[in-house]
Amino acid sequence: MTTQGDVLVSIQRIARRFGDVVALDDVSIDIRDNEFFALLGPSGCGKTTLLRVLAGFEEPDAGQVLLGDTDLLALPPHRRPVNLMFQSYALFPHMSVERNVAYGLEREGTAKAEVRTRVGEVLETVGLSELAKRRPSQLSGGQRQRVALARAIVKRPRLLLLDEPLSALDRKVRAEMQLELKRLQHDVGITFVVVTHDQEEAMSMADRIAVMHEGTVQQVDSPVDLYQRPSNLFVAQFIGTSNLFAGDAVTGGIRFAGRTLPGVVVGEPISGASRLLVRPEDTVLVEPRDALLSGRVIETQFFGGVSTVAITVAGHDVPVLLTRQGAPSAVRDAEVHLSWDPAKAVVLSA
Amino acid sequence: MTRIGWLRLPLTLTYVFLYVPVVVLVIMSFNASKSPFSWGGVSTHWYAVLAGDQNVLKGLGNTLVVAAGATVLSVALGTLIAVGLQRHSNSSFLDSFALAPAIVPDIVLGIGLLVFLSLISVTLGLHSVLLAHVVFGMAFVAAVVRARLSQTDPSLEEASRDLGAGQVATFFRITVPSIMPAIIAGALLVFTLSLDEFVIAFFTDGPSTPTLPIVIYSMVRFGVTPEINALASLLMLVSFTAVLAAQRLTRLTDSV
Repeated sequence: MTTQGDVLVSIQRIARRFGDVVALDDVSIDIRDNEFFALLGPSGCGKTTLLRVLAGFEEPDAGQVLLGDTDLLALPPHRRPVNLMFQSYALFPHMSVERNVAYGLEREGTAKAEVRTRVGEVLETVGLSELAKRRPSQLSGGQRQRVALARAIVKRPRLLLLDEPLSALDRKVRAEMQLELKRLQHDVGITFVVVTHDQEEAMSMADRIAVMHEGTVQQVDSPVDLYQRPSNLFVAQFIGTSNLFAGDAVTGGIRFAGRTLPGVVVGEPISGASRLLVRPEDTVLVEPRDALLSGRVIETQFFGGVSTVAITVAGHDVPVLLTRQGAPSAVRDAEVHLSWDPAKAVVLSA
Repeated sequence: MTRIGWLRLPLTLTYVFLYVPVVVLVIMSFNASKSPFSWGGVSTHWYAVLAGDQNVLKGLGNTLVVAAGATVLSVALGTLIAVGLQRHSNSSFLDSFALAPAIVPDIVLGIGLLVFLSLISVTLGLHSVLLAHVVFGMAFVAAVVRARLSQTDPSLEEASRDLGAGQVATFFRITVPSIMPAIIAGALLVFTLSLDEFVIAFFTDGPSTPTLPIVIYSMVRFGVTPEINALASLLMLVSFTAVLAAQRLTRLTDSV
């Protein structure tokens, strides 16, 4: 496993606005050494702007960024020990694969022999040794992505930024590259910061994720904690599928349709209008006497490994979803009774 | 097919109207007769006369100096204007300002430059023609290069900077190669425009250094001789070659 140590990059109170649009509003994040970090959010949430601030193509209106002890914002982009893999890959069309990869080393004035060895090594790492003489236009999407990656890591940056690295690939290649990126990050021991709007991508690759929305950081946590312990409604809705019941917060849960639905409060105590989050896989069918809620099955779906049951519950607008391993455990139109482990349900401020 | 069949007639007529005079001119340049209006058999006599005509040769030399110099300067300035406008400005005023010299009527530009040059007491000669041609030349180069720049991915330049290249290295190693076809096309355009430019040269040239179009104009004043036909045929050959080369180069690199 990667060993994650001290804070490598400290982003402190960064703000950036474009005219009336606030792209970043008082953003503070610490990224640890050797970590695979993801900036996750819907389009327009400011994640790409933050990435460009780190790379040096965007100047923030306020705040500072420390990399170790150095003030990153004081350096122009070409002097930062940071490399960026562009969403469009930005491969130089008039250069061969190896010339593309060698470009960064040559600008540093690295000796010719060493450039050759290091380019050879890094092309070997990404599995492109045979294509070294090709032009970018002669490569497939997945191959281009590997060239872009090789070009970005050959200088051994302290921090590697990846802007939507997998968005231009088709589904099958994408799954392969997710594993590959994770393996590579482990092998080369560089801190990765990935920008993505795809929550599955972030969840499957990252050690920690910062969820962003409208220029602010909503929560920074491990994928498991984000999923199980979202700190607010936005995160709960953005990550995974959820059943959200609306009601007033009471001790040990919320008031819903005349009864108390149990759940736990994470962090600050909550009062007034709230939501109770229960994940579909934590929802189970029980005997009537153990029921927290009752309803009628409106639809069942079987996906092979798992199945989903949709249930209407009085007082709740959308169907309650339940997933379980194997075949569906109920038939359409059946009266069913629901429950969950109160420790796995989270009360959130509405 | 049949529906547009009748449209072939105006098409054919247009081309006939455009190219018959040109073809006649080229044929007449091989006319052995002294009169430009009667045919006296095939001969290259007038090309020989042309080769021995000191006035024409001197004019050609002057024109080539002006065209070459104007091309080099226009390419340098026009490319910089294009990069500046495309990458570092959002002003539509600057946009039209940069393109204006290509649109302003030649006569206006010629008179304006003459007035300006005499105002600042610059002597007229090849240098003033050269500068005058740069004025419209760089506007053409800027327009052509900009069209190309707008199609290139700006993240190429960012990638170069990200990999450790300064702004100057980025310009020469990444920006220039990706706009090279447009630079070449612009250069050929300026060269051919300058080669046969008459109006502006007429106003800004000095009396002792006539360019070829001015030489031709003074020859025509005493009647059209077949020598003129020979000269015109040669000029046309040069222009056609340049234009075809420009088209080919743009197409070649666009397909990559």
